[in-house]
Amino acid sequence: MTALVIAEHDNNELKVSTQNTISAASKLDGDIHVLVAGSECNSVAEEAATCEGVTKVLYVDSKEYENFLAENIANLIKNVSGDYSSILAPATTNGKNYMPRVAALLDVAQISDISSVESEDTFQRPIYAGNCIATVQASDSKKVITVRTTAFDAAAKGSNSAEILKLEELNDAGISEFIKEELAKSDRPELTAAEVVISGGRGMQNGDNFTLLEGIADKLGAAIGASRAAVDSGFVPNDYQVGQTGKIVAPNLYIAVGISGAIQHLAGMKDSKVIVAINKDEDAPIFQVADYGLVADLFTALPEMESKI
Amino acid sequence: MKILVPIKRVVDYNVKVRPKADESGVDLNNVKMAINPFCEIAVEEAVRLKEAGSATEIIAVTVGAENAQEQLRTALALGADRAILVETDLEVEPLGISKVLKAIVEKESPNLIIMGKQAIDGDNNQTGQMLAALMNYPQATFASELKIEGEKAVVTREVDGGLQTISINLPAVVTSDLRLNEPRYASLPNIMKAKQKPLEVIKSDDLGVDLNPRISTLKVSHPPEREAGIIVESVDQLVEKLKNEAKVIS
Ligand SMILES: Cc1cc2nc3c(=O)[nH]c(=O)nc-3n(C[C@H](O)[C@H](O)[C@H](O)COP(=O)(O)OP(=O)(O)OC[C@H]3O[C@@H](n4cnc5c(N)ncnc54)[C@H](O)[C@@H]3O)c2cc1C
Ligand SMILES: Nc1ncnc2c1ncn2[C@@H]1O[C@H](COP(=O)(O)O)[C@@H](O)[C@H]1O
Repeated sequence: MTALVIAEHDNNELKVSTQNTISAASKLDGDIHVLVAGSECNSVAEEAATCEGVTKVLYVDSKEYENFLAENIANLIKNVSGDYSSILAPATTNGKNYMPRVAALLDVAQISDISSVESEDTFQRPIYAGNCIATVQASDSKKVITVRTTAFDAAAKGSNSAEILKLEELNDAGISEFIKEELAKSDRPELTAAEVVISGGRGMQNGDNFTLLEGIADKLGAAIGASRAAVDSGFVPNDYQVGQTGKIVAPNLYIAVGISGAIQHLAGMKDSKVIVAINKDEDAPIFQVADYGLVADLFTALPEMESKI
Repeated sequence: MKILVPIKRVVDYNVKVRPKADESGVDLNNVKMAINPFCEIAVEEAVRLKEAGSATEIIAVTVGAENAQEQLRTALALGADRAILVETDLEVEPLGISKVLKAIVEKESPNLIIMGKQAIDGDNNQTGQMLAALMNYPQATFASELKIEGEKAVVTREVDGGLQTISINLPAVVTSDLRLNEPRYASLPNIMKAKQKPLEVIKSDDLGVDLNPRISTLKVSHPPEREAGIIVESVDQLVEKLKNEAKVIS
């Protein structure tokens, strides 16, 4: 029984979400191989080989994997899937994009967004925006799984030196083409991996007011997130959205500012260790999940907080 | 250009569902049902393409029980031209749904399939990608912008780091994200007109597709409850609690 973990990376660095996924794979009995597919990403393969629990790295280096187009990556994964009993990827936008394609090519079901491994074939996963937890058992002989990264600690890195096997697998499906990417550049920690997250909602009123959050984020080393309403209103870019249909976060400290606490937002942050809510409406549902609630106008509370931390 | 829009009947997004007392499933007694919000966005996008002259016909399709006709009527009221219900009383998984949709695609030969990125009940986020794989079509998931350029579609996608733009050959599958558009409300005259639009019912058995479940749900339980917190009186008290009680800031 061997599990294959598909590495998430940017051709330069391995993403922590890969380590979370390795850790989920380690809950299944057996060896763990990691597939690193990309372009000029030798350093990523080397990094993956140092992750605890990994016994082999499959490394495929070619232009057509550079931008992780689903058509090319899915064909590749199908071709190397041979004897693996399970294939796991993080439930990032990449993993969510290519993994169901892999599952369909293999004619097996996908188990999405698992939050716990109960046994070889049984998993837990949140459904209905996390209002219910389903325990599901998969009957396919090959399990195709995406992993909720916040539910699994990152496997340690740096201690191991697994074998790296270079493969020549060319799979340009020729039906899709990468044009461009506009990726936000930020010195802040990544939202899904940050220890502290401070998020703003519609109550922030506009994008400029997010500077009020930045001051606090600077002091706490926090990532900045947002509700859907703040993203839809154009205050901040789409990649800030926390929630059922955005990013899932579970930091040590989550501070929700001017966010009402709709089911869909709670779905993305209610596993945080400590939740703080700042809202001027004492009846806002966010207070029902907050460890510490402050009923206040954010425009006075935030500057005061920044000066006192 | 012909567009196929697969839609799903789901619990309304405002409903907070709970597990049944015996944990055998989700308690769906008397809850309000609706068209999955992402599917509504997909229908709207198709209608806009038709209004812009790029599309000629929009077909809404769903796989579900008889009462899913209500959501097909919603799609018709929003501007779809005709609808297909593939009727089954089974709870079909995304793989099975995508196989049914493949049969419909082969029958209707649409140039473009627009669907939701995710159904908000099972939160699977699979069906579009699976259909694309089965058809060997390209896919553009999580779309926030869609442009038809001749035999290709240029799609901007919402990805973890920001936005990505790709070009895909038609026919293709596109799945909608929240920012693709803001769906209109169906007007009363359009709701009335929708009642006259054609709605074909096909029995799933007649398609000869394997719908057997691959996954069984052993139980559905409550998520861990959070303990009730406290309301602090001031910013000072908040900062004090975070430092000394929760010890999450220093
Ligand atoms: C299919 C679907 C998917 C969705 N996915 C997501 C998702 O992934 N993430 C998500 O967040 N939402 C999602 N939503 C949207 C969700 O239902 C809510 O609409 C959204 O979360 C509301 O955002 P908000 O709390 O910022 O805005 P509102 O609900 O408008 O709340 C604003 C809050 O700010 C407070 N406020 C205003 N001014 C001040 C002030 N001066 N000081 C202090 N407080 C103030 C108000 O009291 C209010 O509570 C989704 C919805 C649908 C239908
Ligand atoms: N029963 C169904 N009938 C038709 N389309 C469906 C059905 N289930 C899911 N879909 C489509 O697939 C999308 C993603 O659903 P899912 O993969 O279940 O998250 C939905 O937004 C619909 O467009």
